[in-house]
Amino acid sequence: MSTPLVATAGGLDETGSASLKKSLRRAERRKRQAAFALTAPLLGYLGVLFFVPLAGMLWLSVANSEIPDYMPQTVAALAHWQPSALPPEAAYAAVADDLQNAFHKHTFGRIAKRLNEELPGTFGLVNKTTFRISHLAPPASWKAELEKIDPAWSQLPIWRLLKRESSRLTADYYIAAVDMQYGPNGQLMRVPAYSRVYIPLFFRTAWMSTLVTMLTLLLGYPLAYWISRMPARRANVVMIAVLLPFWTSLLVRITAWIVLLQSHGVVNSMLVASGLVASNARPQLIDNAFGTIVVMTQVLLPFMVLPLYSVMRGISPSYMRAAISLGAHPWRAFWRVFAPLTLPGIGAGALLVFILAIGYYITPELVGGQTGQFISNRIVFNVQQSLNWGLAAALGTILTMVTLALFALYSLIAGAGKVSIG
Amino acid sequence: MRTNHRNPNPGLFVVTRRDLLALGASTAGLVSLTSLGMLAQSRNAAAAADTLNLTSWGGAYQMSQINAYEKPYTKATGIAFNNIEKSANGPALVTAQEQSGNINWDIVDMLQSPGFRLFDQGLLQPIVFDKDLDPAPDGTPASKDFIEGSLSGDGKTGGYVSTISYNTMFAYDKSAFGKDAGPKTVKDVFDVKAFPGKRALQKIPAGNLEWALYADGVEIKDIYDVLKTPAGVTRAFKKLDTLKPHAVWWSQGAQPPQMLAQKQATIASAYNGRIFNAIAADNQPFDFIWDGGLYEWDGWVVPANLPKDRLAQAMKFLRFSTTTKALVDQARYIAYSPARKSSFAQMADLTYYNNPKIHMMPYMPTSPEHLKVAIPKSVSFWSNYGPQLDSRFSAWLST
Repeated sequence: MSTPLVATAGGLDETGSASLKKSLRRAERRKRQAAFALTAPLLGYLGVLFFVPLAGMLWLSVANSEIPDYMPQTVAALAHWQPSALPPEAAYAAVADDLQNAFHKHTFGRIAKRLNEELPGTFGLVNKTTFRISHLAPPASWKAELEKIDPAWSQLPIWRLLKRESSRLTADYYIAAVDMQYGPNGQLMRVPAYSRVYIPLFFRTAWMSTLVTMLTLLLGYPLAYWISRMPARRANVVMIAVLLPFWTSLLVRITAWIVLLQSHGVVNSMLVASGLVASNARPQLIDNAFGTIVVMTQVLLPFMVLPLYSVMRGISPSYMRAAISLGAHPWRAFWRVFAPLTLPGIGAGALLVFILAIGYYITPELVGGQTGQFISNRIVFNVQQSLNWGLAAALGTILTMVTLALFALYSLIAGAGKVSIG
Repeated sequence: MRTNHRNPNPGLFVVTRRDLLALGASTAGLVSLTSLGMLAQSRNAAAAADTLNLTSWGGAYQMSQINAYEKPYTKATGIAFNNIEKSANGPALVTAQEQSGNINWDIVDMLQSPGFRLFDQGLLQPIVFDKDLDPAPDGTPASKDFIEGSLSGDGKTGGYVSTISYNTMFAYDKSAFGKDAGPKTVKDVFDVKAFPGKRALQKIPAGNLEWALYADGVEIKDIYDVLKTPAGVTRAFKKLDTLKPHAVWWSQGAQPPQMLAQKQATIASAYNGRIFNAIAADNQPFDFIWDGGLYEWDGWVVPANLPKDRLAQAMKFLRFSTTTKALVDQARYIAYSPARKSSFAQMADLTYYNNPKIHMMPYMPTSPEHLKVAIPKSVSFWSNYGPQLDSRFSAWLST
């Protein structure tokens, strides 16, 4: 920068040049500050509505305040307990006292809910114990009293669980998110095969997103090529046709697909009318993985076409002409000259489509049935139905990390300059 | 090129950056304006004690509440209602509102089991039944007049008051089977040879597991004891396996009558009120299978920590909408059983609100003859084993 500047300011002596440099720097800095001030609303907006919730999600996925907050005496009593034998009488008394307090403050439900997430059946144990002892004067032995109320108190699992949940930070939600659990002796093990939900869902989300990405590339590449070779005016008209569905509400497009693909829908009726299939053997085209893939491919197609088109538009036709005039077959010219030049567009389009696809929620929800559900649908289930927000946060964090890792991996392979979006 | 040298910032760059900044600033401005507007709106809604924010399930059910509770209440007091249709996510949203301290809802329609759970977590306003609810016309106090099991807590104080009970039960399309040859029992529903066609089932484990065991020969009173054992759960899933190739799944109450009407299924599990509406209002050729109907209570909760004036208003409406008369009135609009014995006693001649030929009593889930073959849904079982069975059920569904 400085060399040409000095050259243009040719008549000045050394000191003049130095002070000019200084004032120039000051002016630059002022400009930068002004520019930063102008972006402040945007940064504030991002901070409040993006980074804060993201940090909140990260925190929620490891936070574990219920037992420390609502059973403080139990936490203290179990601090030095070794989980090989039953705890001493003092721990039983602490549990009883904590539950009595929780009964009067109406917080024992929070204890029960948290413990039940980790050990099914504990909900009833905590509620039953709390109600039975709520108005009880301290007996001779709380140990005997609690064991009389429920024999679970004379076994190790509930005590191990209380000890584990005494910590304010927990890995429980991540353990559950990868289909693992604590075994009867406190060791980590996989959940039984019939209960594994999340790992299969992560894999399904990944492979279906990959398939959608490949399909959009397969459909989008020739389309983008065709449009990019048109005269500008016609290209604009065709581009509008590509973008028109992009501007239509997502819900409207999905509903249109339901009308087309349902078992008495347009496609099936045509198949039956043409005699290709019998009326009682209509193929299931929606509410399954097939429906999700068809609809998502259509919905995400513009995100592939746009980067491809913008890259192809920038490739001069003279390259191909040169290759052909040097004797290459048009196919060879295409594969050796044109296709490699479109790689940045392919990379950008594929990355865009894939990242959008793995976070998709509404399309799988509406047309995915059972076999076309994504991990996002399960996250929503944990937020809205089972109210296990810690698990939802852990799943969301894993999804975010996978996305970031993929992005990092891609820039590593392709080099930052190779990704060109728009 | 010379111009570029004189100006350290190439012209093009400055324009783009400015454009970007302007775009960013105006977007942020727009968003903050909108959110300010929304904030002001919710403040208004929260501040005005002459409007009650009432959350319920929407559809024919919320219409029955509007007709039976809200309209007479507005007439008597001038209080208007802001009807919100979010009960499907009610427990999650009440929890979120209580945790953020920004409580927008005054009264919420909720199922019994989340009503119990939220009260135990301190998220609901305690209701003293004999003080906060009116007695029956003959003077019987509320705690005695409500049917056993329909109130919460120790029967004197709780966070939840039932208004109705409803059935999740099987219904079928008469036109798919010969005259009087439709399925009559849950066993028939699982018999796909004798009663062909798709089954529309709800996408949750509750109900499906009970029915599977019932169809497999377990007696109603033993269902939950069997389901508590791992072997029992495996047995239920094994029986469900036989139905899986013939199943289509629903998640919204409005879907099963549609699925029957569009011939996507010949038999569907559904809320009895929805099927009643399809028969009474839309003349659909449907019929009920009362055998094995799973009944469950539903009613009001008031979120904890409401400001004083809004709490007073909510409790006043709670009293109004749980009287013997209000509950009888509601049963004219929808086929759900009122929770008070005194209301039930007045129902013998009750007819559908717009068709005096349709008597309501034969459609009530807790009429004596239906109760004989009904399964009472266990709140405590699903509180304990719900999360675990949910995982297993979704794993089962997706394979």
